[in-house]
Amino acid sequence: MEMLSGAEMVVRALQDEGVEYIFGYPGGSVLHIYDALFQQDKVNHILVRHEQAATHAADGYARATGKPGVVMVTSGPGATNAITGLATAFMDSIPMIVLSGQVRSDWIGDDAFQETDMIGVSRPVVKHSFMVRDAKDIPEIMKKAFYIATTGRPGPVLVDIPKDQTAPNVKNPYEYPKKVKMRSYAPVSRGHSGQIRKAVEELMKAKRPVIYAGGGVVQGEGSELLTQLAHRLNFPVTNTLMGLGCFPGTDKQNVGMLGMHGTYEANMTMHNSDVILAVGARLDDRVTNNVKKFCPGAKIIHIDIDPATISKNVMAHIPIVGPVHQVLEEMLAALDEHGGEPDQKALERWWEEIEGWRKIHGMRYEVNKDGPMKPQQVVEALYKATNGDAYVTSDVGQHQMFAAQYYKYDKPRRWINSGGLGTMGFGLPAAMGVQFAFPDATVACVTGEGSIQMNIQELSTCLQYGLPVKIININNQALGMVRQWQDMQYGGRHSQSYMESLPDFVALAEAYGHVGMKVTRFEDLQGAMDEAFALKDRLVFMDIYVDPTEHVYPMQIADGSMRDMWLSKTERT
Amino acid sequence: MRRIISILMENEPGALSRVIGLFSQRGYNIDSLSVAPTEDSTLSRLTLTTYGDDLKIEQITKHLNKLIEVVKLVDLTEGAHIERELMLIKVKATGAQRAEVKRSVDIFRGQIVDVTSTVYTIQLTGASDKLDAFIGAIGEAQVLEVVRSGVSGIARGEKVLSL
Ligand SMILES: Cc1ncc(C[n+]2csc(CCOP(=O)(O)OP(=O)(O)O)c2C)c(N)n1
Ligand SMILES: [Mg+2]
Repeated sequence: MEMLSGAEMVVRALQDEGVEYIFGYPGGSVLHIYDALFQQDKVNHILVRHEQAATHAADGYARATGKPGVVMVTSGPGATNAITGLATAFMDSIPMIVLSGQVRSDWIGDDAFQETDMIGVSRPVVKHSFMVRDAKDIPEIMKKAFYIATTGRPGPVLVDIPKDQTAPNVKNPYEYPKKVKMRSYAPVSRGHSGQIRKAVEELMKAKRPVIYAGGGVVQGEGSELLTQLAHRLNFPVTNTLMGLGCFPGTDKQNVGMLGMHGTYEANMTMHNSDVILAVGARLDDRVTNNVKKFCPGAKIIHIDIDPATISKNVMAHIPIVGPVHQVLEEMLAALDEHGGEPDQKALERWWEEIEGWRKIHGMRYEVNKDGPMKPQQVVEALYKATNGDAYVTSDVGQHQMFAAQYYKYDKPRRWINSGGLGTMGFGLPAAMGVQFAFPDATVACVTGEGSIQMNIQELSTCLQYGLPVKIININNQALGMVRQWQDMQYGGRHSQSYMESLPDFVALAEAYGHVGMKVTRFEDLQGAMDEAFALKDRLVFMDIYVDPTEHVYPMQIADGSMRDMWLSKTERT
Repeated sequence: MRRIISILMENEPGALSRVIGLFSQRGYNIDSLSVAPTEDSTLSRLTLTTYGDDLKIEQITKHLNKLIEVVKLVDLTEGAHIERELMLIKVKATGAQRAEVKRSVDIFRGQIVDVTSTVYTIQLTGASDKLDAFIGAIGEAQVLEVVRSGVSGIARGEKVLSL
């Protein structure tokens, strides 16, 4: 058998897993591994400018491809800088492996230089973690780490590696395991057939049904089947923020996003439904509003891979634990077997009602005739410039909601945002990860002047690797989402939500070697946008000034039911 | 409602902290906890008591089951079971009290395992409420020190929690 050092084993395991890219930043405790990386050319290491960005880049790569993202950081500050990225991936169930260096085994616990108990610090934000106690275990640990990260409900896995376990002069036999067997970890592989048949019966009886599809459909590769099912039944479909794109955004059966900033018609459809087919969604507080008032007349069929998600917030009448893909497949077959059709008369009436809601509100906003342009107009211009076919990453705030509401995602994995943790600073590094995965694709990062400054240093990484990401900075000169809450709930007292002394973003982009563009007038918007996207091999930073007073609507009224919404600054349901 | 959850888990460093961490992270309480390796040295048996309604306990057990190191678990309170806890207790034993304490120990089928001229050290096993009752009978003013092992439990009949 081949004899390898621990460092070589780590790198070989990455090769054996077919890892193309690893995002990281070197330091003392991982130097042996960096040396092993240097001496091969299968795994490409991407040098970021901050470890948080490494995690988000790996995360963006994972969301766009469905493959696990891989990160390497050094011990201590390098490792703690990765925590926000781990938490971000954990909340959205993203497969990720973080390899963190650790001080030598015999120094652990001595408060050695750059020692942090990374297993302890990361515990609540990882699916699992391993500490390498013996270099011989590295192949098995790496195999398990990838297996756990990518199966069941995916999530980040941390592997903490003390420096001595990677020492170049200590060689051990290397063989990468073909399979893993873990008696304590067996993700469900099939949904319960009886439950699936029961669900089909319920769907057939429904008079006001709705399909509520979340990020699990994207992650679980269930988009095609879900679309088939929805078309076959002619049921309305609503998506969560995480589920956008798992059913075509332009499909007429799509009633839009639901929840806090969901469309009027989506929230009304949910509230008035009699059967909800929840697929790969978690009925979390950003969707349900007050759970006690949630969809009072609805029976809930809940499909999810994670049993702990089912009936956590809202009791499910028909729980189905299983992989979305397999369950939907079996559900389609059960429909065939059943042979019946949903109640067409009732469905017709239901659709009439829904169309009525669409007419009442739909997505709309007021345009300023002479005043500043609206953020919604920016997203619409982006949609046009990219023919609705870009990968769009976003940061967190109002711009994120506008990008979710006004860009129609027709394919899964095109809309990439931090939904669960809501991490400002996610957008740009995530866009890098996407661009590495798909070098020829159009990748836009919709951001705000607040968020972009949380990882702006990555402009340097983008230059190093020639990543032609388009940054759409929706500049409202404010922490807009915070400001909106202060307008609505704190009597307009804008405590610390104003961004003074903004940098000259155009000059900043240029200083980093990129193209900068500033847009202040609506007349120039589309032209500038088209021009930016025509620059195929350059990063363009578009700094677009918009109305600082704009709010995101609809907005659910706190503690109400799903149908209680503000529709504009003055109208409510 | 009080529950006794018994967990079979990998006997590995870090496994225990994950179980404990889960409780604090999700806002659940642990009332008592005991843990030791089993006859199979790769497995530990952890028994904990907690309070909650059916829904909450269902959530707790689902989350525990998700922990990679947890191999199997059972809520013993769901069926007939035997529950035991060990208590070592030091009480004042002087004057008339000395005989009084001795009588209580006999009634509760405890054992005096160490004696000085002023102190009895007593060992008592049983369900937790029996141990509570003993402390009540002695009177808290007499008690100098209490050590309890935490509950351990096992199902009645043929049911076993094993691989
Ligand atoms: C790391 C982090 N810190 C704080 C917040 C709270 N927060 C949510 S939105 C927001 C404002 C974001 O401002 P900006 O990026 O300019 O976006 P806008 O809302 O103006 O479009 C803040 C501070 C957060 N989500 N993430
Ligand atoms: Mg802003």
